[in-house]
Formats: sequence, structure tokens, C-alpha cells
Amino acid sequence: MTERVSRLVVVGNGMVGQRFVEALRARDTDGRWRVTVLAEERRPAYDRVRLSAVFDGVDAGELNLHTPDAGVDLRLGEPATGVDRARRVVTTAAGEYPYDALVLATGSYAFVPPVDGTDLPGVFVYRTLDDLSAIREHARGRRTGAVIGGGLLGLEAANALRLLGLATSVVEFAPRLMPVQVDEAGGAMLRRYVEELGVTPYLGVATTALRTGPDGTVAALDLADGRTVDAELVVVAAGIRPRDELARVAGLPLGPRGGVLVDASCRTADERIWAVGECAAVDGVCHGLVAPGYATAEVVADRLLGGAATFPGADTATKLKLLGVDVASFGDAHGVTPGCLDVTYTDPATRSYAKLVLSDDARTLLGGVLVGDASAYPTLRASVGGPLPAPPLALLAPAGGAGAGAGALPGTAQVCSCNAVTRADLDAAIAGGATDVPALKACTRAGTSCGSCVPMLKQLLDAAGVRQSTALCEHFDHSRQELFDLIRVRGISTFSRLVAEHGRGSGCDICKPVVASILASLGTGHVLDGEQASLQDTNDHFLANLQRDGSYSVVPRIPGGEITPEKLIAIGEVARDFRLYTKITGGQRIDLFGARVDQLPQIWRRLVDAGFESGHAYGKALRTVKSCVGDTWCRYGVQDSVGLAVALELRYRGLRAPHKLKSAVSGCARECAEARSKDFGVIATETGWNLYVGGNGGFRPRHADLFATDLSTAELVTLIDRFLMYYIRTADRLQRTAAWIEAMDGGLDHLRSVLVDDSLGLCADLDAAMARHVTGYSDEWRDVLEDPDRLRRFTSFVNAPDVPDPSITFTQERGQPVPVRGTPPDGGHRRQPVVLGLPEVRR
Amino acid sequence: MRPVVTLDWTPVCPLDRLDPDRGVAALVQDVQVAVFRTTDGLYAVDNLDPVGGAYVMSRGLVGSRGGVPTLASPLHKQVYDLTTGRCLDLPGVTLRRHPVRCRDGLVEVRLRQEE
Repeated sequence: MTERVSRLVVVGNGMVGQRFVEALRARDTDGRWRVTVLAEERRPAYDRVRLSAVFDGVDAGELNLHTPDAGVDLRLGEPATGVDRARRVVTTAAGEYPYDALVLATGSYAFVPPVDGTDLPGVFVYRTLDDLSAIREHARGRRTGAVIGGGLLGLEAANALRLLGLATSVVEFAPRLMPVQVDEAGGAMLRRYVEELGVTPYLGVATTALRTGPDGTVAALDLADGRTVDAELVVVAAGIRPRDELARVAGLPLGPRGGVLVDASCRTADERIWAVGECAAVDGVCHGLVAPGYATAEVVADRLLGGAATFPGADTATKLKLLGVDVASFGDAHGVTPGCLDVTYTDPATRSYAKLVLSDDARTLLGGVLVGDASAYPTLRASVGGPLPAPPLALLAPAGGAGAGAGALPGTAQVCSCNAVTRADLDAAIAGGATDVPALKACTRAGTSCGSCVPMLKQLLDAAGVRQSTALCEHFDHSRQELFDLIRVRGISTFSRLVAEHGRGSGCDICKPVVASILASLGTGHVLDGEQASLQDTNDHFLANLQRDGSYSVVPRIPGGEITPEKLIAIGEVARDFRLYTKITGGQRIDLFGARVDQLPQIWRRLVDAGFESGHAYGKALRTVKSCVGDTWCRYGVQDSVGLAVALELRYRGLRAPHKLKSAVSGCARECAEARSKDFGVIATETGWNLYVGGNGGFRPRHADLFATDLSTAELVTLIDRFLMYYIRTADRLQRTAAWIEAMDGGLDHLRSVLVDDSLGLCADLDAAMARHVTGYSDEWRDVLEDPDRLRRFTSFVNAPDVPDPSITFTQERGQPVPVRGTPPDGGHRRQPVVLGLPEVRR
Repeated sequence: MRPVVTLDWTPVCPLDRLDPDRGVAALVQDVQVAVFRTTDGLYAVDNLDPVGGAYVMSRGLVGSRGGVPTLASPLHKQVYDLTTGRCLDLPGVTLRRHPVRCRDGLVEVRLRQEE
């Protein structure tokens, strides 16, 4: 670049000023601008939105937003005092700063109403970290406090005073709290919450004067209705005003209600001067939220580098937790659109209030207010300006109802994030005739990569009124549970007999592995025996996990995550000798990657000789029982969590199920083993074990629910036996325990009645089934190594057994082998978008 | 570039080496071919998964869809019509098929030339 370097002066280092500098620096790769920042505060930019967090024990340092940048001359504690537009110079107490461009990012100041006594000691505003330090200092030894202003900031300040131990009052001139965000009914709900926290609101009344006590500091507020409120500390939070004094003195035009007047490009009447954030009146309007402020920062950064960005308009939607209450407001929250309709929902039991503002034909969502339960906020906010995602009542019902499913998602929501398929794409496909999940997969690709959105595809079909059969696939009209019962009751042991007697066709990649899993759960011999071998997915067929390059990974079982040094060394030697990539898994074991099929038996020969057995990482089966170190070592442990984890893992190893099963045991309530994220988790108590069921990580993380408490080890094992066997018998294909319980009529209570009270008379049968599993277990890999017929399958090429697969090649990364990444043969087919035509929304 | 393709039949393995409904991979003049034996007969297709880009098709599950014999990729489960090679889940994707026969108890494959 031969262009000369230009001088940029930024006045203000608040959140928006900082964002602006970062945005500009990130894009100014040619170094066109030399940046000077003049800041009033002595502290570099910090997160003012989270200011109140310091009263919750957050260190002020954690709010820091500033990262040092050698290309920026940041001058703290040196506020700008004037701008000479003719000479293009900004002045401070220390000197002058010439500029080619000047960006004003001076923010706002707290508005203090003209009331007698606001200058008394003990009266504060709530704007900076220094303000908060002063409030904390003054609160020491005092008992009462008051906040003037019941808006968003006022309620935050009230909570702060409460946390400082003051009996707190809030005085608000409007007849309700948070008048800008919520309507009257929402304000009433909010008032109840606030009162319960011990904060006293005075609404619809003005403060007329602040009075002093004997020590000369503030002692009370006089209200317009004659009442007096004791307050030894007062915070004024009556709104903010833009800091436009530099612009005013420099003769720049201001907005009708103050603020530096700028156009949509955020430029003032002076082409070299710009304004961002709360001090900017964009087309005459100031925005007091950080999101629109950030938008102005991006606009100016773009413009200074030759771009043509314009302010996209402000999204005033807000969601926050105030005094522990969720409050959200979005769109036309007050219903000012002509002819608009309100739908409101008030539930005193759950103490929630919600209002939706709809267009006059009740079809378009214009805005809304949520108090108490704001779980619908993301869905609703995304739906503003568009059709309602569901009938209003379903949307407003508290979370946990049917409204929470995929049916409530807006058209723009991405259902399949692997292939970027939105709800609208899927709805269009359904409208176009897709009537089941495979059809949806075929025409949109949703669910074809990781598959975790498949349950949502079903929900969308339900939502569209498409009746879906419980048939497993085109070869069976039965659900998995029905097939399980058929196979068990009739003693069927082969797929060919099952499909001949109860199905049609020759099966597919859906029903074959399901039947293989059922046969394995019922303990009918080795998974690679006879015809069963042809039913197994490639993972079960090679007893290893297929990876993207066609190689496999190997996971030996390490029960409870406990391993001897000798065994660790053995794994290390195997990995070294076969040049495998090694990684510690989340289940406290070691995964060895990059094995060719012909290497698997050699690797396992070594592992079995060293005392290892299959870890079933390849199967829909028990994976691991993770554990913390327990009371053997830990100062806090109250039970032997490792011992129990090892026993459970050995008991349930090899158990085939509708989906993978994970477990963990924690030795005390600190829960270091993360048992509540598992299908069945155990947490030690002083007197026994608590059992939790139905947790999982993954795409839809869920904490397990407490199922039974203070169990002896024998009681615990019996309950887990029954839980697993009942799950294996009755769950759908690929349905994890969480979804299984959720779908169960009566949910957890029903499960308890079946497994604890034996309400269905099944328990003896379930207990016997598990006993058969435990006694019938044998290591699949040891069995394979002992059988030449099974070993024969482990070759790369049937006609060249000695030739390793030449397509599996490795490169080195961080000292380990990793697959060479090539382009897919058709040039990356997987990433191509699918044209669906215009999405159509049916009413 | 693929090597020059001749149209000779290449013996792959004895028929009884093939488990019913299960595939094997074979090297036919340096091309990886997946060979299957189903109740309908023998099929041979490229071992290369056209979507995933790995040589794994021999490890997929065979079955049927609407009466058509099928093969599912073990990587991401796309299903192919074994009689045409056409992918039934993704438009425009095809698996190359190769002529295959059984002679004197031996399975033989002849590479199909590039189409």
C-alpha cells in the first residue's frame, strides 16, 4: 500500500467504543488507520451490562473487555475536552490529537431529576464500577436504601442494595415496574416477585425531595403523596441521557431528544466525524441497548475502510433475569400497531404472565411480553413479523408442555445443523408429499449426517398432521417392542424366519441391526454366529468403530476407568507397534484409531493377552461406568464409587440395547463423575446410594431424574437390572432412556410403579433375564480370536489377503498419525445445497 | 487416473467364500470392487463410497426397498439400487456397477469401463 496512514481518534472506551476499535483493527489489514483512544475512566472497557455481577461475588476483572493491541494508543483517564473541527484536533487536559477521522463513543450519563437533595452524600448513580465501589462503601453499617426509578436499571440497583443487606424500596413515577418493557399485567406479576424478595415498591408517585439525617448524609425521601421513605443510601436510576456535549460545543447538529445526530451511515454533518453507541442519534433516535450500539460500531468500522454499510435498524427485544425473575419483551410489546390484538395468559400458580400482540387478522406475531417464564422467548422472537408457529395458547403454556417440540419452531430455525436444513425447508418437503422420515431425508438431507435431528423430523410430520405408523420399516408392520415380544414369546432365533413369518422382502439397514440387537439382548449366541453376522452393522460386524477414512478404532474395556500401570503400558505398546492414534475418551478409557480390518485380530490378540476385553464402543450396548476416585482417596468421598462402578460395568458389559448406554458413579454429592448426565447414574449418600435415570449428553443434553434414594448396594443393583431390562424390551429403535421415559404414559411415576411396586407383575421375569445375561456373558473378541471361521472375515481383500488397503494413508499431526484428508470423489457432494422451491407455509 | 481397463474376467474367490447377504472387497486390476451374494444373485459395485469418499461399500448392509435389491453405505446410510447403482436417497449420485458371474464355483468380475 502506498496510501498514507490516516489518524483516527476515538473518544470513549465503553463497550461500543471498544467493539468499534476491535472491528476496525480486525479488518484494517493494510494498517490504514493509526488509532488513538481517549477514555475518561481509568479502567479499560468492561462489560457494563453485567455490572451488577460484582455484587454476586464476580471479580471486577472478569468484566474486562479490553485486549491489549499494540496498534492502538489507549489513553486512560484522559477525557476529551473539546473538538476543533476547523483544525481537525481533539483537545484533552494533556494536549492535542489531530485527526483525519473522529469517532464519538461517549455513551450516556445517568439522568438525575431536578429534585432537592440529589447532591447529598449517600446519593449515587449506577453506571460505572467506581459508582458500585462507592455504593458498597457507603452501605457499610447502614440499614435502609432506596432506588429512584423502577425500570430495568432501577431493579438491578434494588437487587444490589438488597444483596448489600439494606431494607430496599423502589420509587417509580409510572404506575408499574419496568414501564418501558412490560404492560400493566406484566408489571403486576413483577411487583409480586419483587415484594416477595422484600423490596417495597412505591408506584405512580414522584419523589419530591431528599432529606438529610444528623450526620449530613441522606436519610429519607419525601414522596408527592405525603409519604416518607427511610433511605440512608439512595441510587438514582431514572434513565440515561446521551453524552453529546462535545458535539454540541463543536456546533454539530443534535437529535430532537439529544444525541449526536447521524445518518444511517452513522456519520454526522461533518464528514470526518462519526458517532456510535448510546451517544448517537441515528436518524434522530438514540438506542440505549448494547446490541444496536454494536451494530453502529460495525457500520462505522466498515465505512472507514471504504465499505457502504448502513444501520440495520434496532432490535429492541430484551430478555433478562431481574431479581431472579425472567423478563422478556420483544417487538411491539405495548400493542401500538393499529388494530392489533392481545392474547394474554396469567397463571398465579406458576406465577407467570405472558402476552402476545397479534396483527388484526390474528395471523402475524407483532410482539409480546413474558414475565416469570421466558422459555418461549427464542421461538417467539424469531417469529416476530411472521406467522404464529403454533396456536397462541400452546405457545404461552409453561415450558414442558407440548408446545416445546419442533412443532413450535419458526420457519427460519435450523432443524438439521449438519446440512443447514430449516423448518421451512422441511415443511415445504412435507407439503410436497414427503410423508415419512426417509422421504424427508431423501429430499432435504436433514438427518442424513449425524442423525440427531431425526426425532424432530417425526415431530414436524406430526405437527403437519401426517399420520405416521409405528412400523419399523417397509419390511415389518411392527414396532421394535412388538418385534421384541414376537421373538421372545415365539422363540424365533433367525432373521430369515422372522421376516418370512411376520414381515416381507429381504430386510434393510434399519430392521436387520434391530433384529440383531434383539437377538443379542435375548442371549442367543455370538453376534457373528451364522446368519446373525449378516445382520450386523459394520461396527458390530468387525467389532470396532468405523471412521471416516474406512479405518476402525479400538476401545478396550477399562472398568470404572481404573487401570494398572502394566495395562497402561500394554495399551501404549500396542498403539506404538501398530502406529495407532490414541485419545482419552469421555468415558475414562483409551481409543486407538487408524486400524485396518486386517490388523484388528492382531491388535486384539495383543490386548487379550494383556488381560483386556471388548469395550463394546462399537455396539448399541453398555459403554462405560465412569467414576470419581471415591472415599478410598478423596477427602470428601463417602462411598467406594470406583468399586461400585467396576462392579456395575462388569455386570452389564456386553448388554445389547436399543441405543448405547452410559453410566457413572459419584462418591459424594459433589458429583465429579457427572452421573446425572448418564442413562443411569449413581451418587453416594452418607447412608447408601441415590439412583438417577434418563440423563444424557449429546444433541439434547438432559439431566437424569432422581429415581430412588438411600439404597443399599443390593437394592440398587436390582433396580438397575429391572430398569435396563424393561428399557431393552420396550424402547423404540435408537430411543435413548431419556426419550423412552418421556414418551412413557405416566413417565417416571409409572416407571417407579413397574420397577419398584411390580405393578405389571414383570419384575421376576426382568430379574431372570438379567441373571441370564450376567451368567451368559463372554468376551466377543476372545471368542473371535479362538475361531478361524470368524477370523477369516478380517481381511481387506478377499483375493489378496496379504495386501493392506492402499486407500488408508496417514499424515502426522501433533506427533500422531491422522488420516490424509482428500476431497470426496464427486467434489464434495455432501455440502451442496438442495433446491426445494420456495418454502410454503400452510395455514 | 485409472489404469487402462481391459475387459477380461478376473476370478475373485470361490462362491462359498461369500456369506449370504454380506459383502467382501476385492482388488480387480487395482480397482477396489465390492462383491455381494444375495438370494437374488451376485452383485459387484465400486468399493468407493461416492458420498463419503472412503473405500467401504463392501461393508454395507444389503436388503430391499420396494422390491428392489439395495445396498446401504456404512458411513452415512445412503441406500443404492443394486440393479442400477442409482442412489435412492440422493438424486444424481450413482455407484458404478461391474459385471459379475459364477463360473465353475469361482466368482469372477469384469471391470466396467468409464461411462
